[in-house]
Amino acid sequence: MTGVAAGCPSGLAPVSTAAFVQDPSAFVTENRGRRSLEIMVRGASCGGCLSKIESAVVALPGVAVARLNLSTGRMHVEWTGGLQPRRITETITKLGYGAAACDLAKPDDRNVSAERRLMVAMVVAGLATMMVMVVSEPLWFSPDVTPETRTLMHWASALVAIPATAFSGVTFFQSALSALRRGRLNMDVPISLAVILAIAISLYETARGGEHAYFDASVMLLFFLLIGRFFDARLRRRAYAAANALAALQTASATRIGPLGAVEAVRASDVRPGDVLLIAAGERLAVDAEVISGASDVDLRMVTGEVEPSAAYSGQLLHAGAVNLSAPLRVRAAAPASQSLTAEIGRLLEAGEQKKSSFRRIADRAAEAYVPQVHIAAGLTFVTWLVLGASLSQAAFIAITVLIITCPCAIALAAPMVQVAAAGRLFRHGAYLSSGDALERIAAVDHVVFDKTGTLTLGEPRLVGEPTPGAIAQAAMLARASRHPFSRAIAQAAGPGPVADSIVEHPGEGVSGIIGGRSARLGSAAFAGVAGQGGSELWLAIEGDTPIPFRFEDALRPEARDTVARLRRLGLSVELLSGDSSARVALAAAEAGIDQWTAAATPVSKAQRLADLEKSGRKVLMVGDGLNDAAALAGAHASLAPGGAVDVSRLASDCVYSGDSLKSVAMIIDIARAARQRMRENFAFAAVYNLVAVPVAMAGWATPMVAAAAMSLSSAIVTLNALRLSIMKLEDDAR
Amino acid sequence: MNVLLYMMPAALLLAGIALAAFVWSLRAGQYDDPAGSAARILTDKDPLP
Repeated sequence: MTGVAAGCPSGLAPVSTAAFVQDPSAFVTENRGRRSLEIMVRGASCGGCLSKIESAVVALPGVAVARLNLSTGRMHVEWTGGLQPRRITETITKLGYGAAACDLAKPDDRNVSAERRLMVAMVVAGLATMMVMVVSEPLWFSPDVTPETRTLMHWASALVAIPATAFSGVTFFQSALSALRRGRLNMDVPISLAVILAIAISLYETARGGEHAYFDASVMLLFFLLIGRFFDARLRRRAYAAANALAALQTASATRIGPLGAVEAVRASDVRPGDVLLIAAGERLAVDAEVISGASDVDLRMVTGEVEPSAAYSGQLLHAGAVNLSAPLRVRAAAPASQSLTAEIGRLLEAGEQKKSSFRRIADRAAEAYVPQVHIAAGLTFVTWLVLGASLSQAAFIAITVLIITCPCAIALAAPMVQVAAAGRLFRHGAYLSSGDALERIAAVDHVVFDKTGTLTLGEPRLVGEPTPGAIAQAAMLARASRHPFSRAIAQAAGPGPVADSIVEHPGEGVSGIIGGRSARLGSAAFAGVAGQGGSELWLAIEGDTPIPFRFEDALRPEARDTVARLRRLGLSVELLSGDSSARVALAAAEAGIDQWTAAATPVSKAQRLADLEKSGRKVLMVGDGLNDAAALAGAHASLAPGGAVDVSRLASDCVYSGDSLKSVAMIIDIARAARQRMRENFAFAAVYNLVAVPVAMAGWATPMVAAAAMSLSSAIVTLNALRLSIMKLEDDAR
Repeated sequence: MNVLLYMMPAALLLAGIALAAFVWSLRAGQYDDPAGSAARILTDKDPLP
């Protein structure tokens, strides 16, 4: 594939670079000699990517099927023979895309079937609405239809509407029943009641040859609501899949060493406590484990927030998320992947989640206020008409008309349509909501707490200052061979180039090699044979020359300062809460324009700080990515995590944003606030609508035609109002 | 109005056919990858077996 540009040929997506390696062979499934693998591909965005990736994979020996789903980014590969699965992911990576094997047995399949069920229910309700309308409309508009024909047409409607309602309404009936069993009221209760009573009264009217039947209203109500439900389910599944895709590129498999020394690749979830694992340089530890042998440096920034790598020695306990940098390590797993965090963080996570489940959504509050009122109104109507001398069936008919016309439709669609429009907008910008009430909670925040390392900063050290010219090029010849973050920073600053001869990596010390016939060393001050100046530094010592220092710092994201200023303009106060050292945090805070900061925070003190803020009446938005932020993320009023965050933190947060730009934070808050505004407008509209419609229905003036028109109009208005979110202008539309 | 007796079963039948066609297309996976399907018509490659 030489001569082909890396990544998307249309330039629609940035070239993806793999941060660390993963062995996909743990995820291969075999069926009668045919092996298959599911791969998450990142960066594929057009037809060019599709054919480029598929044809490259099909060209591998033995590959029979290679099909990439452009909508989900998932690729299915089937092959026979001894092709190494690693070659498939490597082939895709070489083309400039991110590739990682993923687990086939994800709960995603259950979501897919639920979505299909909703789609079929929606189509059935839609077809039924169409058919019932065809027979209803002549009755509305031609007064000269004979009673016999009218009854015949009503029976025809019943024939369509009753099975369609029974099939399509199941979702609502089930949800209403389960709410009633728990002694609660939700929106599905008045919906189910209206639909069932409409069908019942229509059947009764049809049987006695009456004038009005509400078959059309019941199927139409279900159709409109199912449109909302279907889009909601689809978006939720897509967001879930996209967030999973981000995760798939992060999680590593593990290499297990059997008792007889046999090496096999296993899924991180299959690692049992006591297993001996081999962690190669560049691999991320998937479980908590104790080092048995080997000496290396590990990057703990995901775990503690500290940028500087620390030494790993035998007997040390490493937490999941640590990346091994220089030399292979043998470790013994201490906990399964699902429990790989300290007990304290686990406890705090649980407490945070319990707190969140007590949040009451606007829609629930509206339902609880609205449902009793409607039912009281219907009951009053029934009693009043009886008192005024109407017959029992007449009074019942008018009371049920009230139930139908108060239109749970507008109220039931008011919040979900906004939710769908907002989540869709966020999805387009690469932000994925993980819970239904996340938007409302994010909209309510008034204080933002940032983690430093990896969130506010790039999370990777950058070379600062100007060492003597030529020094960078020389240092890079050694640095290119190492995965140490400082070495990577030098290699990045120098760009591509040659590598020194006879390179040896000395764990915890540095790299040595031969440049132009002279021995050279790049590493700690002691390794280079000089007295260090302290701080983040490397020394380059070339035989015969004076050693040259290189200094590093974890640079702030370029957009950090703007984002902080932007958040201030939105009326939010900003705070920095980091586990890193005080000097570095102070520097980052000053650069980003944040006055309030705390350094050297432990996971527990982070969570404690958030609890204190909450106690003083603040509603806090936590933004963080490390394991040390997980408890704070779970305990905050609302939380965001970048796509590169550790699993625990991603799961603990309300919204995951992909891409590396902090601008997403302000954008998410903007959209959440706009969404809350649209919801309030919709509920206000629904309330006004009911103020007009209820008296009309109570007076007995509403006919099936009025009901149908009112229902469609009010649904259309709330939907269109919600869709304003899709076209709303963002302050920074660049991303 | 005898014509209704023919028209209504005919309408039901047509709607039934439409529903069956939809369910078939759903089962056949035609909605699984809308973005990919749109892109694939532009490639010259033969469809995969």
